[in-house]
Amino acid sequence: MRTAAVLAMLALACLAGCSTDDQGARVELLNVSYDPTRELYREFNDAFAREWRERAGETVRIKQSHGGSGSQARAVIDGLAADVVTLALAYDINSIQERGKRLGAHWQSRFPYNSAPYTSTIVFLVRHGNPRGIRDWPDLVRPDVTVVTPNPKTSGGARWNYLAAWGYALHRGLDGDWSKLDDPAAEAQVAAAREAAARFVAEIYRHVPVLDSGARGSTNTFVQRGVGDVLITWENEALLAIESLGPNQVEIVVPSVSILAEPPVAVVDTVVDRKGTRQVAEAYLQHLYSPEGQRIAARHHFRPRDPEVLAEHRAKFPELELFTVGEVFGGWNRAHEEHFAENALFDRMLRASRRAGAR
Amino acid sequence: MNAVRAPSILPGFGMTLGFSTFFLCAIVLIPLAALVMRTATMGWEEFLAIVLDERAVASYRLSFGAALLAAFINSVFGFVVAWTLVRYEFPGRKLIDAFIDMPFALPTAVSGIALTAVFAENGPLGQLLAAYGIRVAYTWVGIVVALTLIGLPFVVRSVQPALLEVQRDLEDAAETLGAGRFYTFRRIILPTVLPALLTGFTMAFARGVGEYGSVIFIAGNLPFETEITPLLIVIKLEEFDYAGAAALGFIMLVISFVMLLSINLLQAWGRRRMVAAGR
Amino acid sequence: MAGGPSKALLAELATRPGRDTLASTATKGAFIAVSLLFLAALLFAPLVMVFATALSKGVLPYLQSFQDADTVAAIRLTLVTAAIVVPLNTVFGIAAAWAIAKFEFRGKSVLITLIDLPIAVSPVIAGLIYVLLFGIQGWFGLWLQEHNFSIIFALPGIVIATLFVTLPYVARELIPLMQQLGNDEEEAAITLGAGGLMTFFRVTLPKIRWGLVYGVILCNARAMGEFGAVSVVSGHIRGLTTTMPLHVEILYNEYNFVGAFAVASLLTLLAVLTLVIKTLVEWRTGYRKR
Repeated sequence: MRTAAVLAMLALACLAGCSTDDQGARVELLNVSYDPTRELYREFNDAFAREWRERAGETVRIKQSHGGSGSQARAVIDGLAADVVTLALAYDINSIQERGKRLGAHWQSRFPYNSAPYTSTIVFLVRHGNPRGIRDWPDLVRPDVTVVTPNPKTSGGARWNYLAAWGYALHRGLDGDWSKLDDPAAEAQVAAAREAAARFVAEIYRHVPVLDSGARGSTNTFVQRGVGDVLITWENEALLAIESLGPNQVEIVVPSVSILAEPPVAVVDTVVDRKGTRQVAEAYLQHLYSPEGQRIAARHHFRPRDPEVLAEHRAKFPELELFTVGEVFGGWNRAHEEHFAENALFDRMLRASRRAGAR
Repeated sequence: MNAVRAPSILPGFGMTLGFSTFFLCAIVLIPLAALVMRTATMGWEEFLAIVLDERAVASYRLSFGAALLAAFINSVFGFVVAWTLVRYEFPGRKLIDAFIDMPFALPTAVSGIALTAVFAENGPLGQLLAAYGIRVAYTWVGIVVALTLIGLPFVVRSVQPALLEVQRDLEDAAETLGAGRFYTFRRIILPTVLPALLTGFTMAFARGVGEYGSVIFIAGNLPFETEITPLLIVIKLEEFDYAGAAALGFIMLVISFVMLLSINLLQAWGRRRMVAAGR
Repeated sequence: MAGGPSKALLAELATRPGRDTLASTATKGAFIAVSLLFLAALLFAPLVMVFATALSKGVLPYLQSFQDADTVAAIRLTLVTAAIVVPLNTVFGIAAAWAIAKFEFRGKSVLITLIDLPIAVSPVIAGLIYVLLFGIQGWFGLWLQEHNFSIIFALPGIVIATLFVTLPYVARELIPLMQQLGNDEEEAAITLGAGGLMTFFRVTLPKIRWGLVYGVILCNARAMGEFGAVSVVSGHIRGLTTTMPLHVEILYNEYNFVGAFAVASLLTLLAVLTLVIKTLVEWRTGYRKR
């Protein structure tokens, strides 16, 4: 009981400490984001605050929340008062729109480039010197190779990984011609290519010894614990891993074909209208498209949309053939229905490989 | 709670029972009712399909099996540790005693990360075990290790006060009167310590069943193999399938409740028998 | 289970005066060795790992990681939460233990099991139930929003979730202990004319002090260390609704291993607090006896 009293007094002292906050005309924004953007928004928030003070004479303070993209979307649906959301995939913002009714149906056309101010792609991280000689997607299913990727059911990044692998196999099956997807004459070839893609992706997952729940968990498993030969991951995550975990441990291998990952941003209408922060929230996201915002994104390893800024960083972002979710999978909602929903392809794939007794 | 109670001259029954029931309702029962209600929004068929799904069943086996095994390990070693700490004097005893609670204070994620670092094949203990062909991290063994760590304080901290209460003069008397060692243990020490040991076992088990944070790092999380039920619940939540998550949570709750109730009834029965024998 | 105790007994009996002292020293040694080995593999290896990482870049970076404003905010939030939760659950624990241990009534085992239940509930579910209640789509969600109250994604939610998770600890420490101790002394006190409160403070409390100490320590440790349930209701707003365990995760995910494990090491230092409390209790009760 005495400890309780001491703790209570400590708490009171702390609370008293809290209440001495500085005053002044200020506005607060809450940006609910996913894991890999921490470093990006830390720098961008300062830049925007400076910009906004000059432009509107108002002090803006941006609070950040990071977590898995899906659980962040859920928190917003359940009432986390986010002014803006900056998530890993459009499906999560669609969910906020459909289930939470917190923003308009046309959110994706509110900002340029499908509301995705920066992009990334899916690449491989291998051990220093590439001892297994990994060059492209087919190397991942060689018998001597083990692969680390997170669980697509719990990680947004893992879904991009999955779709990238799928897209590669489909691309191969269609002889590199995406137009066949819409060509009735090529129907049989498309069907065969889809089946081959399903087999290829299933085979990759048979080479996975650990399914972490998030992208950074997988990076840590691969780099720190020494599990696996290849880590499938976002390009921005791979570059960051090299930067912060040491260039002598791992290196990047860029596959021949990959997906254009477009992490989208949106203003949450119900929240900004209640708080009266629409103007600043929109300016905040708009600023991501400015040269300054684009440069910050590029510095934090995201591919900028602005061609000029991209040209400045060309060495960091090698060119490769990229396809989009819209082109190949008919948008995120359809991709989710077909691949990741309950008992969709991914679940069936795991069940099938269990029956085959592959492991 | 229409409690029918045996007469007693001690005061405070109504007040303490009333307060604790109220508190329990407000913090535990009403929220859990929300869970049950959410489960009830789905039909029987849907409920059974989710709950009896082969992947779910595999995960119960793992979650409950690993928790049970870890609780047993803790009962044995936890008792030894408690005994050592209570009965022997050695340098560093107090410090070690103080660190017993650490698995509670350390966030489960940290325990998980630290255990994985230690037991992964490139970790200090993992390397040692790998030489004998034993893999701990990313297998069910790793899950048991994590759950053993998580449950350790329960057993040690339950048994310690009970051991302190065992009257050594009683033991000495029994021995002076010619009781054998095993007899003294069985008739004097065990009855005093058993309820506490059982409580510790129960709580270590219960905690292990629901544990998520530490297991997620050390388990491989592969479906059918190293996928625990709480992870399946998280997967359901990611699907925005609250009802499905609630259904799995509900079934875990029911199984745990039945197991806990059986242990508690057993204990109550044992106590009555002991009291009867004492009279 | 029989292996441990019977060995334990042998060791114990061997320590009696008059026994072969060589054998007694040997068993004592064996006992301590088994305990230490078990704890070393399970408890101290991760602990060493935490401190080794926290101090991997030296003492200065370790200390500097506590200057970060968000880290300070996380420590403060954790202390506030524990300061609210632990006293409430202590009162609950004592009341429940008194009702359950001192009286015989129907449905007692069910009541005990209900008290146990929060331990068995997965932390994820523990968080979820409050989302179902207080989330915007939950039972009270709209009402709360209209009245501008926030429970989840704010301090109240974190407190309630922690309250749920740590509810059983004090009660579960006290119940078996009080049952084992019996009612005789309390009944004698009441018969001699002592009041209920006086009986509790003068007769019961001294007897159950160790159980109470352990219960409070466990409850406090768990309150400060809870991750899963709090993670669901916190909203993860940096510097605002992140407790120490959540902050550890954030830092770890930022590859700031020194910072993450420094905060974690602070939580292990609770052990030192435990030591102080125990010594204090020992000293006080020792004083009273004289």
